[in-house]
Amino acid sequence: MVFQYPMISVQACLDGILLGILFALIAYGMALQWGVMNIINIAQGDLVILGGYIAYFMYLYGIHPAWGVIISPIIMYFVGVGLYKLVINKVVDRDLFISILATFGISILFMQLMNFAFGADVVLANSGYGTTFLFDSAVVLPNSKIFSAFISILFAICLVIYMKKSKLGRAIRATAQNARAAKILGVDTEKVYAATFGINAALCGVAGALISITFTIHPYMGLPYTIRSFMIVIVAGLGNLPGVALSGMGLGVFEEFADYILGTEFRIGAVFLLLVLILVYRRFKLSRKREYLK
Amino acid sequence: MNKNLILYAAILIFGVSAPFIFPAFKVQLSILCVLIVLALTWNIQGGEMGYNTFGNILFYGLGMYLCASVQVGMFFPLAEWTESGGEKTFVHTPAQFFQGMAMGLVVAAVVPTIVAGLIGYAILGLRGHYFAICTLGLGVAAGEISGGIEIIGAGQGFTTPPFPDVGGLESRGEFFYLLSFVALVLTFIVVRAIYFTRFKLILNAIRDNEDKAEAMGIQTMKYKIIGWMISAFFCGLAGGIMGGLVGYIDSTDVAFDGREMGVFMVLMAILGGKGTLWGPVIGATVFHIFKEGFWTFFLGWQYVALGVLIVVIVIYFPEGIMGWLREKYPERFGEVIDEADRKAQVELK
Repeated sequence: MVFQYPMISVQACLDGILLGILFALIAYGMALQWGVMNIINIAQGDLVILGGYIAYFMYLYGIHPAWGVIISPIIMYFVGVGLYKLVINKVVDRDLFISILATFGISILFMQLMNFAFGADVVLANSGYGTTFLFDSAVVLPNSKIFSAFISILFAICLVIYMKKSKLGRAIRATAQNARAAKILGVDTEKVYAATFGINAALCGVAGALISITFTIHPYMGLPYTIRSFMIVIVAGLGNLPGVALSGMGLGVFEEFADYILGTEFRIGAVFLLLVLILVYRRFKLSRKREYLK
Repeated sequence: MNKNLILYAAILIFGVSAPFIFPAFKVQLSILCVLIVLALTWNIQGGEMGYNTFGNILFYGLGMYLCASVQVGMFFPLAEWTESGGEKTFVHTPAQFFQGMAMGLVVAAVVPTIVAGLIGYAILGLRGHYFAICTLGLGVAAGEISGGIEIIGAGQGFTTPPFPDVGGLESRGEFFYLLSFVALVLTFIVVRAIYFTRFKLILNAIRDNEDKAEAMGIQTMKYKIIGWMISAFFCGLAGGIMGGLVGYIDSTDVAFDGREMGVFMVLMAILGGKGTLWGPVIGATVFHIFKEGFWTFFLGWQYVALGVLIVVIVIYFPEGIMGWLREKYPERFGEVIDEADRKAQVELK
């Protein structure tokens, strides 16, 4: 099918790339907290969905959902800092499995609270941006997808500049390199951790708002986003930004093709299976040198 | 030793007579047995071997589907059964039901073991959190994929054969209770037997420092795979029994239910105390009582409670009940504490 109808392939590629940029934004947040605080946050996807609901509610109250891109990260920043103060600060220096399990608990909690607050329906915020037709209408691209990819890139660039130039950004990078040394040199690591988690949550908020415009949101859809961002991070490595962007796009394209070839019902399954395959592949590659994934 | 024997005999007698003493709680007691089996087998993995898995749900769900499929497929065409919603078109005679169940349980236990052996070499090479996330992915992928397969009911679910009309109204509950209790006793005997072998020491060595264990000449991969296969065997068995007990299999809500059962087994083992024989048993019992109480009185809020419970247990109570007891009464665990040495160490800290 893919070769018989080349336009479908073009469509899938473009869709996948636009989608992948969004994934890369979430994965960037994941890489940030993993690198700085050494925790793996299973609730990442649920933060995304929560951000999406904020945009959706603005849409319900008559505000254009695109403003959610600005409002949602501000709210999510405080959600993230609050979450850090309540739970995450107790798992930072512990075993990684503790952080996985604790954030798994948070994820379940968030899922159910969102289910109570917003209902179990699949919703989307209609942006009314129309669609673009390419190649004699053979390829259909909703403008909202292009908009979301553009905004994602904008936020990513802003964040990179912020991390390079600002005082907090430097403090975050110093803490990531060596928390103890940073502490000795007068960096308040507690504050840095809180800010990192807040920034991560804010990124999730942006991504969530964009997802609520371009795709659909549902309280239980968080885990796939976590797994996608985890997958992107392990493929790209921590702190490798072009790698994150590229592997995000690759994942997006893979998903679209899986969707076309295998059918929509196997889409999420294919993502999770790809994660297993990537990990196993890396494991075999490293075991030749008698090493293992660290 | 004598005291232990009396204890085990008392538990055995209590276990066999429990459904007749509390007839209203038969289903709950059977579920408790299954939960204890799952916690015990998770403990071999997470507690003794140090490989924290979310993926044992894979074997549990596999066992569930296999048992039901064999039970139906031995006598009737499977595709038509699932299409018609099961029991309406075909009826098992009692003999067929029990034969199917027996055969199904054998398959449900053996096939996951083989699967564990096959994928073990690839998956168990991962360590720490990579292993945890990879097994999480396996469990969810299995759920999503089985939800797309037509012959086992796809999204609409799979009705297991209804219990045949023998021996009155109570017989279904009693049958499944005894079945799960036998599975529990079997699991406990095997796990307890493991506790007195070199195998358990090797697993502990892998947990404490795998590189050193390898350097000591232990073929760690072999033992890891064997450990996982033992887990898979009993998980599959428990899944098969649970499938018959629930009577209805759904891919993501019953069989590969990573959000419930997959987390429960981790939580129960941690609540009771990882790496102890009795920890998972106690943890599962406490957890089940708590869970049922909460599920009944705060219906709808159960997942909120579950989420909070996970966070609280993991952060504030990672040693579990057995760990707490051990701290409090070290003599009971055969540990001798040199008071002067302890004080010296406290001062050093």
